[in-house]
Amino acid sequence: MQVPAPLEYERATSVDHALGLLERLGSSARLLAGGHSLLPMMKLRLANPEYLIDINDLHGELGYIRMEPAQIRIGAMTRHRELLESDALAEAFPIFRDAERVIADPVVRNRGTLGGSLCQADPSEDLSAVCTTLGASCVIRNRTGERVVTMEEFHRGPYETAVEDGEMLVEIRIPVRGGGSSAYEKVERRAGDWAIVSAGAAVWLDGEVIADARVGLAAVGPNTTGLPAVSEALRGKRPSEDLYERAGALAAENCNPATDMRGSADYKRHLAKELTRRALRRSVARINEGV
Amino acid sequence: MTAVDQHPAAAFEDNDQKPVGHGRMLRKEDPRFIRGKGRFCDDVQLPGMLHLAILRSPVAHARIVSIDTSAAEAHPKVKAVVTGAALAEMGLAWMPTLSGDVQAVLATDKVRFQGQEVAFVVAEDRYAARDALELIDVEYDLLEPVIDARRALDPSAPVIRDDLDGKRNNHVFDWETGDEAATEAVFAAADVAVTQDIVYPRVHPAPMETCGSVADYDRIDGRLTLWSTTQAPHAHRTLYAIVAGLPEHKIRVISPDLGGGFGGKVPIYPGYVCSIVASIVTGKPVKWMEDRSENLTSTGFARDYIMRGEIAATRDGRILAVRTNVLADHGAFNGVAAPVKYPAGFFGVFTGSYDLEAAYCKMTAVYTNKAPGGVAYACSFRITEAVYLIERLVDCLAYELKMDPVELRIKNFIQPEQFPYKTKTGWVYDSGDYEPTMRKAMEIAGYDELRAEQVERRARGELMGIGISFFTEAVGAGPRKDMDILGLGMADGCELRVHPTGKAVVRLSVQSQGQGHETTFAQIVAEEIGIPPADIDVVHGDTDQTPFGLGTYGSRSTPVSGAAAALVARKVRDKARLIASGMLEVSVADLEWQKGSFHVKGDPTKSVTIQDIAMRAHGAGDLPEGVEGGLEAQICYNPENLTYPHGAYICVVDIDPGTAQVKVRRFIAVDDCGTRINPMIIEGQVHGGLTDGVGMALMEMIAFDEDGNCLGGSLMDYLIPTSLEVPDWETGFTVTPSPHHPIGAKGVGESATVGSPPAIVNAVVDALKPFGIRHADMPLTPSRVWDAMRGAPQPPI
Ligand SMILES: Cc1cc2nc3c(=O)[nH]c(=O)nc-3n(C[C@H](O)[C@H](O)[C@H](O)COP(=O)(O)OP(=O)(O)OC[C@H]3O[C@@H](n4cnc5c(N)ncnc54)[C@H](O)[C@@H]3O)c2cc1C
Repeated sequence: MQVPAPLEYERATSVDHALGLLERLGSSARLLAGGHSLLPMMKLRLANPEYLIDINDLHGELGYIRMEPAQIRIGAMTRHRELLESDALAEAFPIFRDAERVIADPVVRNRGTLGGSLCQADPSEDLSAVCTTLGASCVIRNRTGERVVTMEEFHRGPYETAVEDGEMLVEIRIPVRGGGSSAYEKVERRAGDWAIVSAGAAVWLDGEVIADARVGLAAVGPNTTGLPAVSEALRGKRPSEDLYERAGALAAENCNPATDMRGSADYKRHLAKELTRRALRRSVARINEGV
Repeated sequence: MTAVDQHPAAAFEDNDQKPVGHGRMLRKEDPRFIRGKGRFCDDVQLPGMLHLAILRSPVAHARIVSIDTSAAEAHPKVKAVVTGAALAEMGLAWMPTLSGDVQAVLATDKVRFQGQEVAFVVAEDRYAARDALELIDVEYDLLEPVIDARRALDPSAPVIRDDLDGKRNNHVFDWETGDEAATEAVFAAADVAVTQDIVYPRVHPAPMETCGSVADYDRIDGRLTLWSTTQAPHAHRTLYAIVAGLPEHKIRVISPDLGGGFGGKVPIYPGYVCSIVASIVTGKPVKWMEDRSENLTSTGFARDYIMRGEIAATRDGRILAVRTNVLADHGAFNGVAAPVKYPAGFFGVFTGSYDLEAAYCKMTAVYTNKAPGGVAYACSFRITEAVYLIERLVDCLAYELKMDPVELRIKNFIQPEQFPYKTKTGWVYDSGDYEPTMRKAMEIAGYDELRAEQVERRARGELMGIGISFFTEAVGAGPRKDMDILGLGMADGCELRVHPTGKAVVRLSVQSQGQGHETTFAQIVAEEIGIPPADIDVVHGDTDQTPFGLGTYGSRSTPVSGAAAALVARKVRDKARLIASGMLEVSVADLEWQKGSFHVKGDPTKSVTIQDIAMRAHGAGDLPEGVEGGLEAQICYNPENLTYPHGAYICVVDIDPGTAQVKVRRFIAVDDCGTRINPMIIEGQVHGGLTDGVGMALMEMIAFDEDGNCLGGSLMDYLIPTSLEVPDWETGFTVTPSPHHPIGAKGVGESATVGSPPAIVNAVVDALKPFGIRHADMPLTPSRVWDAMRGAPQPPI
């Protein structure tokens, strides 16, 4: 059995309580959400926090999916399983259910959270890619107030976020527009494994042409990658295989994968292209099918 | 076939319908596992028990300059800190491996692989033990590591084993088999010769339960009790007696429930020895349980063969000869678990199931800065490598001859009338009837329809592959004249006692890691003496409770101990017959045995049951002249030969042309393991082995970077398959009994692990035929398949 280093542990009873503890304990403290990233790192002693602030009791306060006319607000403690099972979310953004189906396994999904996923800032994180694709913003709170940052601002590098000492992520906001759909494509070596590469796409149609489109990739750079160049190339065009092909080529050009155990950089670049095409194709098909 | 066999569903619903003897029945051991009541090594809790943790080398090759343990010793919960130097003072710094080499228990001079044991801490709890490891300060002087086996014999390569007297290179052994000149002559004259480089990468058994032990040394009477995760408790006891100098009768090794072994629990690991030393030093029981990373990085690996294979044939597909040159990576210490005279295990069966004119193999084994081992990982002593080699080569030949791979195989099978068949490398196959097994697999698969479907799909640009493998295994080591491990003959004992009320206990020298011995062996005995399996207790895994024998690995339990169990039961039955003749007042010759009772020939009403006889054997009445009381017997079975199970496997895969992901759509496995004792258990063994094969073929590999860092140190990096990667297995069987085994049974535990990797790889390569691909090495991850699709398949190392 792998065992973590000695630590102190406290269960927060409210967001304010958690923020108070974070402020007092500074960088020696870590929040414990689902624990499916943090605990393995602690057991391997790659993370050795002196204090653990367990925020699982905040699920009442921070576990929600709120559908509003112009945006969807999702609490940081919303679990993978809740994201997977939400019909309202799947209707607005099928990309969530696509992604959740291929994240880890039921045991991990029962506990792992949206907030933990984003704060882990793993370049292969599926929900980060989803949020990047959807142009989500992140609500960070501390004792004195709240600030809202974009996904690009939120992720500062691998395993690094805009959440400072004394702060926590409380909510994700996703802008809602009509006439669109989305999809997620992932290639993994084995069910439940991290992505070799994955691609999310969201497309909005205005009649026959693409009003807007966004693509987000995981595992091909220091963070999940949004691709403005792809959006530009797609806007105002009619969806077609040629267009997806071009978008895929742009995605491959605009990413920066590295060779590792999961695959060679060349292969990952190829996947960026192939999966971008597939995700776009599926998003458009869903709009046309009214899904 | 029993009635229950025809109604397997009933057998699952109601174990009371279980057969008295062979047949399908639920496993007797399962209730305790299903209810979480198994008793594994880590469940052992003793009063005052301390915990041991091992400090391991972070680097692959370095000289140890100094070790400072003072801070660790000052930890309030630490009871002892022991280094290699301290062990050296006790003469325990080195121990023999199973293959005549020595291995460091704790490093004294150098560390030779990442993860090597450097020191250990004993503390009040496992947290403190682990914390204290961080307080030990080791200064290393880094040396150049040897990671690529191909470079090991380069004169410029650093010498890893400078501990060995006069050692100036990294050579372990050269080994050859077959006839080099005869093979060369056949190759020179052949119409066709195909050469293929084939790598079988390093993989790990990765049992669910990692290794561990609890040592309890009693200072007063000098008795050592060791609970440990061992597949061979008796052999281990003898080795501890030799290594630690403890008298053997004072050592009791208990192998409790094991969470899988797959060969990885055959060797003695430094951790076991450390726990013994720790208990002797502290006078307290000491538990050591390694964690997952330790298990993956330091315990016995398997495979790691770099092979060049050659196959010669006539233009019309008569296979004439096979030749191979192998470079074997043995890691830092030669810890191969195989009979002494077989440094390459049973790799000599690489001639497969085919009738050849000549064969030759030359092998060179080298040391590298990697974990030691080369264990019999579900491979029957390297037969996995051998079968993979020949079954890949046959497919390469089929590719070149543009022949159907099934047709080519059938054309070259050893024919039933040729058995016992002596191969060109000297193995005597006991029995086999290959073509019906192959045909059965084809029938289940719908082989011709599959090929027709493949043509259609190819025309649409889809990538569908059909892979065949046909294997012959050699299991049940083995005849003691040829086979021993460190001088211990590979025979097995068995003891059977029938109690007065007709219940029985059978004591085995082999022991289960999940194979279902408590059921299978009860059934073997039940078949012979007619006592229901539920009334037969199977005792195993405790050297104080069982007769001597070499343990369970290499699919040897049923071929060796299974024979012992049947024979000991027959011995008891013979005695029962004498007692019955007294009870029925007729001569022995006038008795007829009907499973469970003797009756007078021609008068079935005059009968006594085995239970009646048991009571009489222990009762007050007279027994026939010369018959002692009691109803029990003991034997030691020395197998005459190995048993040679075979099987035909067909795999169907689909490859996504855009992402290069392989999906195993179907897998058909027809196994012939001779007499089938419990078909359900056989199917379970086959299912597990096939899953294992999917892992090796598609995802598993213990990789290293150029500095010798192990890249497979967690189950996030070392992938093993899940139910989602495997299809619903389609199994079938044929029955060709072993002529020399008392009940005609052959081993089956490893058949599927041996037979499935080539079927899967052959299927993937077949799917890639449109790209002109003849071979691609495992593991066939999407990235590596994509390389192949672009015409550039890469070796994995
Ligand atoms: C076997 C396995 C397979 C997996 N497979 C996948 C996969 O395929 N794809 C995938 O995307 N992920 C995968 N994961 C990761 C999984 O999704 C994790 O649950 C997730 O990454 C982290 O969520 P968590 O709630 O468990 O976070 P935790 O582990 O509790 O926390 C992670 C980090 O975030 C911080 N944190 C958590 N919540 C907050 C907050 N509200 N504010 C600020 N900081 C916070 C913590 O302090 C910690 O540093 C896998 C995990 C496992 C164990």
